[in-house]
Amino acid sequence: MKLNLLYFARLKDAFGRDHETLESDAASVGALLAELRARGGAWADELAEGRVFRVALNQELATVDSGLAAGDEVAIFPPVTGG
Amino acid sequence: MTELSDQALLRYSRHILLPELDIAGQQALLGARALIVGAGGLGSPVALYLASAGVGQLTIADDDVVELTNLQRQIAHDKASLGRNKAESAAARMLAMNPEVAVRVIGERLAGQSLADEVARHDVVLDCSDNFATRHAVNRACVAAGVPLVSGAAVRFDGQLAVFDTRQPASPCYHCLFPEEGEANDGPCATFGVLAPLVGVIGSLQAVEAIKLLAGIPVALGRLTLYDALESSFRSMKVPRDPACPVCSGRSSGSE
Repeated sequence: MKLNLLYFARLKDAFGRDHETLESDAASVGALLAELRARGGAWADELAEGRVFRVALNQELATVDSGLAAGDEVAIFPPVTGG
Repeated sequence: MTELSDQALLRYSRHILLPELDIAGQQALLGARALIVGAGGLGSPVALYLASAGVGQLTIADDDVVELTNLQRQIAHDKASLGRNKAESAAARMLAMNPEVAVRVIGERLAGQSLADEVARHDVVLDCSDNFATRHAVNRACVAAGVPLVSGAAVRFDGQLAVFDTRQPASPCYHCLFPEEGEANDGPCATFGVLAPLVGVIGSLQAVEAIKLLAGIPVALGRLTLYDALESSFRSMKVPRDPACPVCSGRSSGSE
């Protein structure tokens, strides 16, 4: 199925893109994150277990257990902390 | 509530003309107390707008001093402020704009009991700080005291805004949105840079939300707004409560 991924703030620069369309069989947000981490490099670093970031599924905050369906918009964003 | 003087009616006339505020809303602002944590990039527009808008009692806290690199975006300060405490410098400008409000300066970093005490004596808190640990400390104090929190953050071309009011049963807190555990700081502006008016955009949005809260105008809760200055776009994400949140899950369900 096709997923529409969006990246925000620091992640946009780390991944060198602000969006992508991904063909994936990931059934959940957690499975999708594992798939992205497997790309290695910045993907493995930024999405590592100890890093703080959140995932929104169709503009609503999701958890790793949230299920995915074709056409879902998956936004991944870190906290911005500066001021 | 005290009657507004002729001078006050004139000064605040453009507020009073708004039916959503009117005289009652302006009187509410004049009787309100706001705590501004941080007098830097976000704190500058927040402090200036809340003072000019007539929020009656303002407390501004910062332990830092004004440096030349701040003046690119921290518009409450100027060249004459160099070397001066930021809260003190901002207070001088606030009072120059509007001597009818009371401004209290705290020239130190609020933490622990002093943070808890200060939060509890205000009607709204504006988080204009620059690090993840302070953001969580401010959130904990706000949840404990039942004081609404207007949270803003900005770095590079990216900004985030959210209002938390845990007196409302459905409202999440900052911890529901971004759990504390783990590495999160996006680093100081010194290493990453920040577009000058970005902090103006986010700080101004914080001032808007605080004024609405204080004037009794409904505010959207459970929502994170993301601003991308490069894309010129705003996006909103719905943020539900985390039922397992260690900070706010134990709160009484909105009964006051």
